[in-house]
Amino acid sequence: MSWIESIRDALVVVFACVGAFFFLVGTLGLLRFPDYYSRTHATTKCDTVGAGSILLALALLRGLEPDMPKLLLLAGLVLLSSPTAGHALSRAAYRTGLKPWLKEEQP
Amino acid sequence: MTTFLWAIGIFLLVNAFGCLARAVIGPTAVDRLLAINVVGTKTLIVLCLLSFIYERTLFVDVALVYGLLNFIVTLAAGRLVETGKLKGDWA
Repeated sequence: MSWIESIRDALVVVFACVGAFFFLVGTLGLLRFPDYYSRTHATTKCDTVGAGSILLALALLRGLEPDMPKLLLLAGLVLLSSPTAGHALSRAAYRTGLKPWLKEEQP
Repeated sequence: MTTFLWAIGIFLLVNAFGCLARAVIGPTAVDRLLAINVVGTKTLIVLCLLSFIYERTLFVDVALVYGLLNFIVTLAAGRLVETGKLKGDWA
């Protein structure tokens, strides 16, 4: 294994571990936050960053082959679609009258 | 490297089961929809990892279609929650 492949593998491991960490944070936020709006805040951002990071790592691992632009296209699709879906669901929740959670009730 | 990709995939599957717990206990319908959306994103990533593990590049195409379907399903279900119908104007 040449040194450039070693550097590539190290970058792949770092990006994939960052993505897995963000997925873990998103899952914890989805399970632990008290309210729908805070849950969508946690999950959409963390899932976007985690999926983009892991897909970037996989594209780096694939190298210059015809498969690589598909992985980058998939990363772009996730970066576009996940916040849009979160916004649409939040809009649906707000229009149907779901009240945000407040720490203290307003006087 | 294959062992590392297996580890990342299994980790993501465990996370997906955590999200399914929210989909079961979620108090409102939009909570469940958000959890299903997150599980779909994780499934997409696991499909890409499997394409590297088994050396089948076809799985990336399947993941692409899966991502588009996940997006459309979330939008349509959000619209159904918001307006109560699937056709006509988005009032």
